[in-house]
Amino acid sequence: MHPIDRDAVQAELDRRRDQPVYLHLETTTGSYTALGPEKKPPVIAFVRNAQVTYARGVVTGPGPYRVGLKLQEGWVYADGLTDFVVTERDELLLAGHDPDGHLTVALQVSAQPFREA
Amino acid sequence: MATPTTAGAPDDASHVATAAPFDAAAERGLLVVLPHPDDETFSSGGTMARCADAGVPVTYLCGTYGDMGRRMGRPAFANRESLRDIRERELAEACAVLGAEARMLGLRDKCVEFEDPIEVADRVRAVIEELDPSTVIAFYPGYAVHADHDALGLIAQLAVRSLPAGRRPRLLAVAVGDQEANRAALGEPGVLSDISATVDRKIAALRAHRSQTEAMFVKWDEDAEDEQAKAFRDRLLGGEKFYLLDPHHVTDYERNRP
Repeated sequence: MHPIDRDAVQAELDRRRDQPVYLHLETTTGSYTALGPEKKPPVIAFVRNAQVTYARGVVTGPGPYRVGLKLQEGWVYADGLTDFVVTERDELLLAGHDPDGHLTVALQVSAQPFREA
Repeated sequence: MATPTTAGAPDDASHVATAAPFDAAAERGLLVVLPHPDDETFSSGGTMARCADAGVPVTYLCGTYGDMGRRMGRPAFANRESLRDIRERELAEACAVLGAEARMLGLRDKCVEFEDPIEVADRVRAVIEELDPSTVIAFYPGYAVHADHDALGLIAQLAVRSLPAGRRPRLLAVAVGDQEANRAALGEPGVLSDISATVDRKIAALRAHRSQTEAMFVKWDEDAEDEQAKAFRDRLLGGEKFYLLDPHHVTDYERNRP
């Protein structure tokens, strides 16, 4: 992935609006936080391959970045995004990484379903 | 049989408490059943290599592709969509180092506990019937920190339990996380595997799981004096410890599952 280029990401969001897209939305602390010094329970959530259509999608912020997708009846929101890539399958992947390279948040959209195991 | 080491030991202390060394030469086959690529190396890589050295067939039945992991390498070179194939390749390399054959169950990472355990246990049992191992290694249900670990630990236990007595391999369970708490609940692990002859290959296999271990190795190199990292490293490379788990013992984890 590359550091987010706001203009490039905005163009990719615009290119996918007003059509059904598959969504992957995720945030994770990792499963092992209980073993850390603060003994915090893990907090993890993901949605994979839910279909949404957004009329407006915007990337904002000075970096880390936020993305909001305005749906007909709701919103998709992510903060903490640092990196992006468009894959060979034309999937738009946005992710946040901490200094250790660990993924902390992901927002992805694609016209085709994301691969399942 | 259940023999609590001390009066008032919790009912999960179902393992045989007498410490015995793991004897690779006495094995007929080793089957390791864990959910993620790299679980095998962290928990039992040295023991797998010992068995391979002794001419014992070693198979790793891996539950998932680890496709929902958050470690992407340091610096990150994987992403959510490429991680699956990267980890599959890393696992192939690690298993080559350890002398094991890798097989996949193909479950979705983080979702093992939501599958029907009987259905998955039937698939694990079919592999046990095919390979006829003398020992199965799995996580100790309820003492394995990660929800996938606990869930596949129970599934492996159910698979062993469902076999007729004469066809049942012994079940060695791995407890992870807070060792003090585990010892308080379970007593001392009964089976100790000396991995001094294979620790170099365990390290090489850890390095093969590059996306998952790069950050750990960087930390080890950056701060060799960090007490917590040192303790983890010593435990990881010092020797592998297992509880001999009675397949019929109903753990608190099993009792409390939905």
